[in-house]
Amino acid sequence: MGDPQGRGAGSAVRRVGIGAALVLAAGTLSACSSDGKPTLNWYINPDGQATLTSLAERCSTDDYDIAIQLLPTGATDQRTQLARRLAANDSSTDLMSLDPVFVAEFANAGWLAEFEGDAADAVVDDDVLSGPADTVQWDDKVYAAPQWANTQVLWYRQSLAEQAGIADALQDGTATWSQVIDAASENGATVGVQADRYEAYMVWINSLVQGAGGDIVSDTEAGVDAQVDIDSDAGRAAAAVVQQLADSPAAQSDLSVSREGTSLGAMYGDGPGEFMTNWTFVYKNYEGTVSDEEFADLAWARYPRTVEGEESAPPVGGIDIGVGAFSEHPDWAIEAAQCVTDPEAQLQLAVNDGLMPARASVYEEQELVDAYDAGLLDLYRESIEAGGTRPKSAFYNQISGAVQSTWHPPASVDPEKTPRESADFIRDVLQGKALL
Amino acid sequence: MSATTTAPAGVAKTPKSKNASDRSVAENRLGMKLVAPALVVMLFVTAFPMLQALWLSLSNYALTAPDDRSFVGAQNYVTALSDPLFWRTMLVTVGIMVVTVFFELVIGFVFALVMHRVIFARGIIRTSILIPYGVITVVSGFAWQFAFSSTNGFVNAWVPFIEDNFNWFGEQFPALFAICVSEIWKTTPFMSLLLLAGLAQVSEDMIEAAKVDGATWWQRMWKVILPNMRAAIMVAILFRALDAFRIFDNIFVMTGGAVNTESVSFLTYRQVIEQFQIGMGSALSVLLFLSVLVIAFGIVKLFRVDLAAARQEG
Repeated sequence: MGDPQGRGAGSAVRRVGIGAALVLAAGTLSACSSDGKPTLNWYINPDGQATLTSLAERCSTDDYDIAIQLLPTGATDQRTQLARRLAANDSSTDLMSLDPVFVAEFANAGWLAEFEGDAADAVVDDDVLSGPADTVQWDDKVYAAPQWANTQVLWYRQSLAEQAGIADALQDGTATWSQVIDAASENGATVGVQADRYEAYMVWINSLVQGAGGDIVSDTEAGVDAQVDIDSDAGRAAAAVVQQLADSPAAQSDLSVSREGTSLGAMYGDGPGEFMTNWTFVYKNYEGTVSDEEFADLAWARYPRTVEGEESAPPVGGIDIGVGAFSEHPDWAIEAAQCVTDPEAQLQLAVNDGLMPARASVYEEQELVDAYDAGLLDLYRESIEAGGTRPKSAFYNQISGAVQSTWHPPASVDPEKTPRESADFIRDVLQGKALL
Repeated sequence: MSATTTAPAGVAKTPKSKNASDRSVAENRLGMKLVAPALVVMLFVTAFPMLQALWLSLSNYALTAPDDRSFVGAQNYVTALSDPLFWRTMLVTVGIMVVTVFFELVIGFVFALVMHRVIFARGIIRTSILIPYGVITVVSGFAWQFAFSSTNGFVNAWVPFIEDNFNWFGEQFPALFAICVSEIWKTTPFMSLLLLAGLAQVSEDMIEAAKVDGATWWQRMWKVILPNMRAAIMVAILFRALDAFRIFDNIFVMTGGAVNTESVSFLTYRQVIEQFQIGMGSALSVLLFLSVLVIAFGIVKLFRVDLAAARQEG
């Protein structure tokens, strides 16, 4: 950067000096704790901080302590901060909480230590639900341990579903998006989704495409030469759903900027309520904040189908714990990663913070059954098991960005054009022939 | 950067004079020796990264796929220069640069006159004019973002003909307006400082003479003061234009690049930092650098000012 103020070389030297001193101080701080025991740094995202802190304490051993380092709130910022450290071969990044879509990117870049042998078998054993187990694998190797899993279900008011006559279809899990949108339109209700130009819109589109039996991209191991499949019947079916909602009176007025939090209010506002696809936090969000009578009216069903006769593919999110490839203590870090993702840890996160377990057995725990409705727990587990993961690719960020930019705003989506345009754009972006 | 380019140039100039004495030759040698370490450091910290960026810009290289790195020649430049997104950001950047520099020049000149002429409370007035420049750009960005916010800002309430719930950051032009306001507020003092220096150099004798000849205030301003300040004005515009062209912080804080408010710097940032596209990002930063060179060249030519004269060396 320029120096129009003409700050002298003296101040520059001083700044470098101070910077160097800080770096040295930080280095000594992070390398050892006071008694000379090595410290493993665990970069966490802000969900469930208190529980994660107590987990870090529990999983510290005589050999090492685990220290919590907080990442920013936004997923993009989290990814950027971790990537900056790892691109610089940071040896003080030992453990990190990773959004599932980062795993393939980071693993392909050589930033994650591989879980080998027993450790690999342990973190993706048969108890782990297939959705999360899929997210931690790249190139047939295991690069992270699933800690908790998130999924979306359809939230609605029982009274609305009965009035619209689709309560049974919803409970069978056979209701389609088209039916839900029509039911809402005909009864003065709305449908809540996430369609702002951000990652959750990609989550919706991906689930719609997978729900129609397709994929946005496949053969992602080929990197930039991955096969782009969105220009297909499945892509067109997905676009038809987006178009139907955008054109219907059931669309919420802020559809093009709707996020996870924006449509919560419509459930218990004026009118009959809404159908809303959203993450698991919704249950705890309404519990205690609405009247008991209203809360009793809250119902949930499996993610709607894109096309009739084809099972839906609910979105899968959550957090996986990765180990930095440049860690000075990779063996301990892998041991610690297993500890912070063990069934006890998953139970605490679920009970305290509503972050759902990635292991089937934890859903049976009495503590969790007491905290949630049994039917809801079953639905979560079923959704996470059946869930469709987003494309695993070293270029995921570009794929997602390209999809978002061609499918946004939702009102512009046209089944005849959008899938084809987005396929061309994804290809161009991957090949470096278009800017994103 | 300015410090290093000046020093060697100043040293290199004198040996050319023919009748250099032994003493001055020896002094020049010593000068070169003294400057050499700084030159080496500068080459290392500026020339090396620049050359590396140039080299990287010729490859298709994503941080997340280090094994797939390939040499693609000018492909990244072709892609960037043929992409509408690049030209859209270029237009936004040039727009911001022209608007902010214009208003900063006008307001900054008024401030400079005030600072120059003021006879009472000189220190306080000068200091208070300079305060915004002491504020960190990110802080200024946040402050103005809050000010323009439709939920907790005051701008909507104070400005007539604006609805209370008007969202300044929902559309391109209002958002750019807010960004420009923050930028102008923050850097006008810098402009006025440079202009004040120029103003101080205009000889009082000339102004007195013009006064005696019966020139009005306006005539003195246009015919005497401004022409004699040309070098200072050019330096002020040059510095500010180059800074404004690389605008990043205010956009990052206030809109995050949404609603088509991306500048070229922001586009470059997104390619490198968010998408890990080192090759494309390097190509964009090389293009950014070339644009800055073109702008600098254009301004110097436009004002027909000898840079050495502007530095008081002539």
